[in-house]
Amino acid sequence: MDSPTFARALGLAGGPSIEVYLEGGGYRAARKAFLEMTPAAVLDEVKKANLRGRGGAGFPAGLKWGFVPARTDKPKYLCVNADEGEPGTFKDRYILGHDPHLLIEGILIASYAVGIHQAFVYIRGEYERIARRLEAAVAEAYGRKILGPDVFGTGFALDLAVHRGAGSYICGEETALLESLEGKRGHPRLKPPFPAAVGLFGAPTVINNVETLANVPGIILHGADRFVGLGLPGDGGTRLFGVSGPVVRPGVYELPIGTSLREIIFTQAGGMLPGRKLKAVIPGGLSAPVLRADEIDLAMSCDALVCVESMLGSGGIIVIDDKSSMLDVLLRAVRFYAHESCGQCTPCRLGTQWLRKIVERLAAEGGKPDDIDELARLASGIKGRTLCPMGDAAAMPVLGIVQKFRSELEEAVCRP
Amino acid sequence: MSPVLSDGLRARIETLAARYPRPTAALLPALHLVQAEKGFIGPDAEMALAEIFGTTPLEVREVVTFYTMFRRGPVGRHLIQVCTNVSCALMGGERILDYLRRKLGVAVGETTPDGRFTLTTVECLGACETAPGLMVDFDHYGNLTEKRIDEILEGLD
Repeated sequence: MDSPTFARALGLAGGPSIEVYLEGGGYRAARKAFLEMTPAAVLDEVKKANLRGRGGAGFPAGLKWGFVPARTDKPKYLCVNADEGEPGTFKDRYILGHDPHLLIEGILIASYAVGIHQAFVYIRGEYERIARRLEAAVAEAYGRKILGPDVFGTGFALDLAVHRGAGSYICGEETALLESLEGKRGHPRLKPPFPAAVGLFGAPTVINNVETLANVPGIILHGADRFVGLGLPGDGGTRLFGVSGPVVRPGVYELPIGTSLREIIFTQAGGMLPGRKLKAVIPGGLSAPVLRADEIDLAMSCDALVCVESMLGSGGIIVIDDKSSMLDVLLRAVRFYAHESCGQCTPCRLGTQWLRKIVERLAAEGGKPDDIDELARLASGIKGRTLCPMGDAAAMPVLGIVQKFRSELEEAVCRP
Repeated sequence: MSPVLSDGLRARIETLAARYPRPTAALLPALHLVQAEKGFIGPDAEMALAEIFGTTPLEVREVVTFYTMFRRGPVGRHLIQVCTNVSCALMGGERILDYLRRKLGVAVGETTPDGRFTLTTVECLGACETAPGLMVDFDHYGNLTEKRIDEILEGLD
């Protein structure tokens, strides 16, 4: 792959300072957008690239931007979702920490395209050290008049503030993020209205993931066609795949969309640690239903993962070996969702607690014969019955493990 | 008696509030500042913040209790948070937690008698490639072994 988008983020080139970024051609894409293109032309290019969201849902960024009303008497806002709380996900950390100016450049271009003059980066509270580095980069950009009242001398104003969360998975959900940014509990909002119409402080708002925005400079500089050509038709570009678990080289890999899961695990990440065999893979963050070892010959794209009833999600690949118990994985998962449910919707608030109690009972060898069916019934009862996708996120991994590793769970029930 | 929030802290909170079209949006950043200065967020600080933001103390309390990072009581000089989520668990996160329990002689949620360390668990910290991991205050440590933990703890006051 020539000139990867995330070479700096992955520590393969340069460092995080603005000098290094500018020397490597940084902010050329933003200058091109601001000085040579109309906002409509920028929007068209991003739509043409069909840049799909890298946070989890895979929704095309250009469409999202296009939903913001052109004429409004309210201010418009951009919120960057840097909450990165989906277990198994750690890619945005690399961009935020090692290539913050790539993100800032993406923010500039998005703001110009949509006519936004105030942007916020909502970064998870635990990334305190990284938030400081990002704030330093923002200060550098202000110092060079790349941010502030007169971006590139065009008279376009853009302010950018870094806002830290405080430990809450649900705040990665876009409407919970808005509530949290407003200084409240992270309780997701009913949609519609969608944030593009009624978002932060009741005003039209774009919410994009860090990696999504970091792809924008490349699209503007090199064109949508090149971006599409890097990946698959309809799902272009590269993705940062995070690989964790018992593999030889866990880490983040930038690879074309459509790269096979087998290649990512066995070539890029070096395969399994000695003495371990692959048993299962969670392909896109903990909420993505698990795949069996015989299901990894598939092209990693949003659509291909939907075809096997899982999802590409955040691109966080958790590799599970034969020495690990699926009951333990399930226990960790249900405890997590029970802890993180915001409590607003009954099926999620109570359902996740019941799931946790049943799996804890199974793990403590006190399981009942119909517990596994009960888990599936409960999970099905949560799915699709909550305000936000958290209900589905809690239900899907349970259904996946029950469906694909039932016999392993049954052994737990039958233990004397 | 000294005021609940120092003048310097109040000034920083007011500067923060000016970044937002609605000042109440600065509540989370303000709570981070209060906790950094005072160690935790007590009822007196909740009252003081409610006064600054023109909200009720209850509105501050419900935010404090919603977010896991905000503490309502004191902790040790260093807060050790061990990740026990799936990626860390697959790489031995539970063993790391057990080792710390034994080494420090405390249960999860407890503070050592000398007030040096508080041990807790935490959900995914976004550093799964170096699992198993933990965070001491805001510094992350990965690829943990018992020897590595000994070194980390020795390096702390």
